[in-house]
Amino acid sequence: MSNETTPTERQEPAIRVAGVTKAFGDVPVLRGVDLEVAPGSIFALLGSNGAGKTTLIRILATLLKADAGTASVQGHDVATRPDRVRESFSLTGQFAAVDEILTGRENLVLVGRLRHLPDPGRVADDLLARFSLTDAGGRRAATYSGGMRRRLDIAMSLIGDPPVIFLDEPTTGLDPQARIEVWQAVRDLAASGTTVLLTTQYLEEAEELADRIAILHEGRIVVEGTLAELTALLPPAKVEYVEKQPTLEEIFLALVGTTTATAGN
Amino acid sequence: MSTHVVADTRALLGRSLRHILRSPDTIITTAITPIAMLLLFVYVFGAAIDSGDGKYVNYLLPGILLITVASGIAYTSYRLFLDLQGGIFERFLSMPIARSAALWGHVLTSLVANAISVVLVVLVALLMGFRSGAGILAWLAVAGILVLFTLALTWLAVIAGLAAKSPDGAGGFAYPIIFLPFISSAFVPTDGMPGPVRWFAENQPVTSIVNTLRHLLGEQPVGDDAWLALAWCAGLLVLAYALAMRAYRRRFA
Repeated sequence: MSNETTPTERQEPAIRVAGVTKAFGDVPVLRGVDLEVAPGSIFALLGSNGAGKTTLIRILATLLKADAGTASVQGHDVATRPDRVRESFSLTGQFAAVDEILTGRENLVLVGRLRHLPDPGRVADDLLARFSLTDAGGRRAATYSGGMRRRLDIAMSLIGDPPVIFLDEPTTGLDPQARIEVWQAVRDLAASGTTVLLTTQYLEEAEELADRIAILHEGRIVVEGTLAELTALLPPAKVEYVEKQPTLEEIFLALVGTTTATAGN
Repeated sequence: MSTHVVADTRALLGRSLRHILRSPDTIITTAITPIAMLLLFVYVFGAAIDSGDGKYVNYLLPGILLITVASGIAYTSYRLFLDLQGGIFERFLSMPIARSAALWGHVLTSLVANAISVVLVVLVALLMGFRSGAGILAWLAVAGILVLFTLALTWLAVIAGLAAKSPDGAGGFAYPIIFLPFISSAFVPTDGMPGPVRWFAENQPVTSIVNTLRHLLGEQPVGDDAWLALAWCAGLLVLAYALAMRAYRRRFA
């Protein structure tokens, strides 16, 4: 297990997990997880299905109690101050948790009201514009495409400007274009100072987005570091001449056209 | 956090009421079975039923109202189940809202939806000749008992919604409750029933509730039935609420 040695930032970590274990019945899911996430960074938790990623996120999101160990978000302990923790983060779960019967705008207004904002309507309109959903704002979320739904989901998570965002497999089940849109949204978030903890089973996604990457395997963090540090764990790269075939994704995007009017603004 | 209970509950109540407004079929389907029973029993079987003096529709309506509520609460478990399955419930619980608001939103929605269904059924009964000379206080008492009955059954529905593994399972628990009025004084007087059935009919909650509503609407003294009905409703409500909260806490530690 590699320890955190971040010489650049010695701030209080935004997320701290120490010795967390969790078992469901006799099945141990987390066997002592330690990790720290620096404020304003993107941290990717990588692991295959069943590695315990979602369980860890649910513990951090105060939806599940750890059997042992401690976890805190923005300095608040999840077990003893869940109320303070809930004010500090926002969760985007594995399945887009939007209300399909409500319109996109109504979804945002609802979350704004639940976060007790003074003017939820204005916040909703701002977010619709920011996520290129203004035209769709008056339509029921049930009519949205997968990518739009995910963007609405993330927009709902941004209401109230929580300093920490948990994204549990944000791009699972999305088509390549929608995935790029979500990635852009995540980058924008981090650029504005939000701490992002995301889980993914796509190595490419972690490579693309994360400042630091941890690999969760069989309930433990087996390795943690920057992409460069992880690459250095393997023998140095050999130079080989390989005829480069375009990836299917590149072909797909070239043919379909990356209409990323949605991604930038 | 508890300072937000009212605001949070109101926000979530508004949400579920929108669901009902946008799928009014749930209210129609809730009302349609009791209305069909009303028609069937008044116009087909009614002539063969000796319910004493007065019109059979007057005798029948209280039981039909309980059936209306019993079929309406199935939608509460169903909606709660869908929220849990879709992840939006976890989204609510991961926000700094009053923890109870997520359930109360559904419970109050059940009250509103069932009230509308009950009014629809009463309107149909009026068209069929139902009449009552009951005063405003008696009507308020009828409404009060129905609200208490709805609340008690709704908390049962919450347990079912929390425990269900499939949408069908979430709604299915209501069938035995819909059936309960048949073995009570709701459709026919209990006098003619054979011993054990009669004993069950006279000692199960529906009979005392039906009798109380019937006496209130028929401008007769309610007697001990009223206390018994209140005790059943309140007891059931407290028990269902306690079990629902236990299931809720167990699931979301």
